[in-house]
Amino acid sequence: MCLAVAGELVSISEHADPLWRMGDVCFGGVLRQVSLACVPEARVGDQLLVHVGVALTVLEPEP
Amino acid sequence: MSRAKALLEQIHRITTQPWTLMEVCGGQTHALLRHGIDQLLPPEITLIHGPGCPVCVTATARIDQALTLAAQPDVILCSYGDMLRVPGSDGRDLLSLRAAGADVRVIAAPLDVLALAQRHPERQVVFLAVGFETTAPATALLAQHALAAGVSNLRLLVAHVRVAPVLDQLLGDPHCAVQGVLAAGHVCTVMGEAEYVDLAARHRRPIVITGFSAEELLAGILACLRQLEQGEHRLENAYASAVNANGNGAARVLLERVFEPVDTPWRGLGAIRAGGYRLRAPFDQLAIASPDQGSSETSEDCCPSGLVLQGLLRPNQCPSFGSRCTPDTPLGAPMVSSEGACAAYHRYQH
Repeated sequence: MCLAVAGELVSISEHADPLWRMGDVCFGGVLRQVSLACVPEARVGDQLLVHVGVALTVLEPEP
Repeated sequence: MSRAKALLEQIHRITTQPWTLMEVCGGQTHALLRHGIDQLLPPEITLIHGPGCPVCVTATARIDQALTLAAQPDVILCSYGDMLRVPGSDGRDLLSLRAAGADVRVIAAPLDVLALAQRHPERQVVFLAVGFETTAPATALLAQHALAAGVSNLRLLVAHVRVAPVLDQLLGDPHCAVQGVLAAGHVCTVMGEAEYVDLAARHRRPIVITGFSAEELLAGILACLRQLEQGEHRLENAYASAVNANGNGAARVLLERVFEPVDTPWRGLGAIRAGGYRLRAPFDQLAIASPDQGSSETSEDCCPSGLVLQGLLRPNQCPSFGSRCTPDTPLGAPMVSSEGACAAYHRYQH
């Protein structure tokens, strides 16, 4: 469970409290609601590393 | 030539003497064996598989507590899939309780537990929360949401553990053969570099933050060997695509707000100073008390998992390996988990 899954952020549900900010992330065609509480900088199109439903990092694009 | 091949060639070129490295994370253990990297390294290199499997190190007393709770008719007990097959002290596991009628559910994300509690206000919903600093932020977020939403039928059985304190204890042991450490990349994604800079300096061993793909693992091994061959011992980040020096600020704030470090028993390893988390006020109103927290009791069972987790016994040297103990009938947690070293050996070749 320390292995994160990478997916693309396809839409964001904004919320006044950043703790409740959620997004739809596409994991190889499977859409899941993911918390964006820990990635306030995340934008649609970003690749996110997601652990147990919480995005923990925005991956740097491959050089 | 592929990048992996080039890294392997460099590793072979710079290695002049025997070295023993430890990869901390069970996910890395599985990847190393899956790709056969352990067979491709120079014969001088020994890999020791570290304690980074949260399922494996969850104290038996906590599993027993979950089993007792799950047996109560008004309780829905949730956890990650691997936890359901870990035997408690009497050999039973949560999956067998479910087969006997208990309401035990597998969840993939802690926030799903909140929705479950809201759907079943007449039931007590208990989340057995395990994992390192990678999954603890998700539990912290659940605690925040549960209090904010005023959900009164949700309780947390917290068994979260912290990586840096156990590494500190392992590296401080005079019997420890580890000369260089591959640190768990995704734990550092959350926690950043600071704890590991301290550990590298205090124990005078190189520590390299390492990722999980074949190329990332080889790059971590190469960086670690380079330091060893040159007599250096510092923290190096070989997984910069996912780890920055300060970690994830928002996740660390969540952890600090919701949890406090506590002395915690690790299955097979005994009590680790500050080796786990417990909920702090006001979130502790969600907690199910853990009678063993802070005690120094070591759990004893027929599985020598402690020796495996410290790298003192290879999984395939265990007398039960592959005979009495298999992934279908595990005697101990390292054979259960998708991150356990014994399961990795059983699945890939050894």
